[in-house]
Amino acid sequence: MSTFDLKIRPKSGWQPLDLPEAFLYRELLGFLIWRDIKIRYRQTALGGLWAVLQPLIAMTIFTFVFHRLAGVHSDGPPYALFAFAGLTPWTFFATAVNQSSNSLISNQQLVSKVYFPRIFIPLGAVGALLLDMLLSILLLLGLMIFYGWALTWAVLWLPLFMLAAIMSASGIGLMLSALNVNFRDVKYAVPFLIQMGLFVTPVIYPASYLSSKWRYVLALNPMAGVVEGFRHALLGSPIHWNSTAISLGIGALLFVAGLLVFRRLEARFADVI
Amino acid sequence: MEPILEVNNISKEYILGRRVRGSETFRELFQRKLAAPFRRNPVAELDIRREHFWALRDVSFSVQEGEVLGIIGRNGAGKSTLLKIISRITDPTTGSIRLRGRLASLLEVGTGFHPELTGRENIFMNGAILGMKRAEISREFDAIVDFAEIEKFLDTPVKHYSSGMYVRLAFAVAAHLHPEILVVDEVLAVGDVTFQKKCLGKMGDVSKSGRTVLFVSHNMAAVENLCQRGVVLERGKVVFDGTAKDGVKHYLSGISSAPGATGHSVDLSRAKDRRSQQAQLLKRIQFSTDGGRDLTEGLSIGSALKVRVHFELHRPTASFNVGLGFDNIFGQRIFTASSFFEPKRSHGEVVGPQVFVCDIPSLTLMPGDYSLRLWLDVNNSEADLINDAARITVLESDYYGSGKSPWNGAFVLPHNWYLEPAAKTDASEERPGVLTAKL
Repeated sequence: MSTFDLKIRPKSGWQPLDLPEAFLYRELLGFLIWRDIKIRYRQTALGGLWAVLQPLIAMTIFTFVFHRLAGVHSDGPPYALFAFAGLTPWTFFATAVNQSSNSLISNQQLVSKVYFPRIFIPLGAVGALLLDMLLSILLLLGLMIFYGWALTWAVLWLPLFMLAAIMSASGIGLMLSALNVNFRDVKYAVPFLIQMGLFVTPVIYPASYLSSKWRYVLALNPMAGVVEGFRHALLGSPIHWNSTAISLGIGALLFVAGLLVFRRLEARFADVI
Repeated sequence: MEPILEVNNISKEYILGRRVRGSETFRELFQRKLAAPFRRNPVAELDIRREHFWALRDVSFSVQEGEVLGIIGRNGAGKSTLLKIISRITDPTTGSIRLRGRLASLLEVGTGFHPELTGRENIFMNGAILGMKRAEISREFDAIVDFAEIEKFLDTPVKHYSSGMYVRLAFAVAAHLHPEILVVDEVLAVGDVTFQKKCLGKMGDVSKSGRTVLFVSHNMAAVENLCQRGVVLERGKVVFDGTAKDGVKHYLSGISSAPGATGHSVDLSRAKDRRSQQAQLLKRIQFSTDGGRDLTEGLSIGSALKVRVHFELHRPTASFNVGLGFDNIFGQRIFTASSFFEPKRSHGEVVGPQVFVCDIPSLTLMPGDYSLRLWLDVNNSEADLINDAARITVLESDYYGSGKSPWNGAFVLPHNWYLEPAAKTDASEERPGVLTAKL
């Protein structure tokens, strides 16, 4: 007999995160990510090309509508680069929140028939989109060469902002996926909220359009700091560190809150779903 | 030695209609929260609105390492809930479970299979979901493919698989798990007979290898074959815990004392397991026997049985058939009586309420319980079908008039035994000398 020893008893209230168990199942997280990547573009003619086509088309439309027609200007780099650098983390965030919030529902069979740390389902959905984000960053580097815009040492900050994007998307995704089990309202609310979110995130316009007071209000949106950070890291745009720090802090808090809410509601997923 | 699995006073409560607390809409939640301060007894209010249901009530047992335990019970007795709690899919409402070994559970064949992934990809995915490490899956890969017999289709998406191939692949992955405790729920109810046999064989190997197995099945022969111990659940409670053989016996005796089904007349409008194409045409089934014996007690072997099936035809037709299937407790069909085979039918077109009579001069089935499947075909296609429409009990009785009740086999036939008189023996045929020469 192994040294394995486990006690199953009724759970209620807040649950701590079970890290040793998550470590034990770590390969499964990899498999879930791999599966999502594999099936995302199955039976499409363009396949993985969609990952770069989407932001590229959005960039073109944004440049035309907001820059040419509405006269919005970037804070330095060509507007197309500016828009693309903002769209890269934003597209990741929007897709990740959307996919992860529906992930438990679309994996109902797994939730009600087999045990593993459920937290991997929404996290896997977020993880699968990292590949798209990396491709998008590569494409941006290509565009920068095309526009003759040089990379600066600020690029070393990029991993931090990528992590912040992952934490914000996971935090919200975890929370919404858990709520979605009980309240299918989430499914209908999310696309709408994401659409609204685009306007309170400096994707189309630079944050420097706002007075410093309003910049702090904007910083309450965790993605505001991420988008600003991406532009600073990739395009060398000026950055307002104080508001960015607040924004990232809120992202980290959301992540912790997401984990807690998820763990709290987890016990009854299988009964309710 | 300490048991590898201890189940202590497990209870699980569900709330009917909406399961377990939750599953409210936002509106309901707000209504409840807003109204709470104005309500005298908020809990009582909830109780009135929702019916509570205990799927399991104080279930306790323990399993030693290497034991193969069969969990038996009718549908809704709580078997699946129990397995789900042991597998940690859902929490118990009260009580606790102690596990002293790694557990893998197989509550459904093909959990986590994705139709777009190929067979090869699904083997890895499914293995990982069931708790295998990548290296383990690679090691078992060839054995899995071999067992499933799908080599040629390894790189085809499983959505193109036949259902048989799909099930074989799914079971193959699960069969190559190596947990200390294996939990299996009714997965053998799928696939063709040959593959079922193969699965049962594999299960036998697993249990012989000294691993602990918890096995739920309706296949009593499988339970008796594979398990040493049997636990019988009835309405969420353990009603029997002993050897598998006695467990099966206990379960079956519970079935024959089930109320309602065996009687003179059964009203079919209350039938549960029914497949009606349009209307419920079958209305009632009546039984009688020549001995005047009360049928609720059962029939003796070889009694005459007259079955009157009341049904309705909505359109005038001469082309209709009524069938009766006698299934034994293992779900095997022992005998089918269908008007389809009746050579002397002479009626013309009929419509409205009808009574079709099936006359069995001598029902020579072995003692035991039989479940009747009843169906009505109109114009050569199935119109109404009821599973378990009624039950017939054949009692132990002295069919041959020798003072002994027959056993072994599925039915009795009139026959005789006698020794040929010695004078008739043809010496040229049976000469010992010839036999010796042949040897």
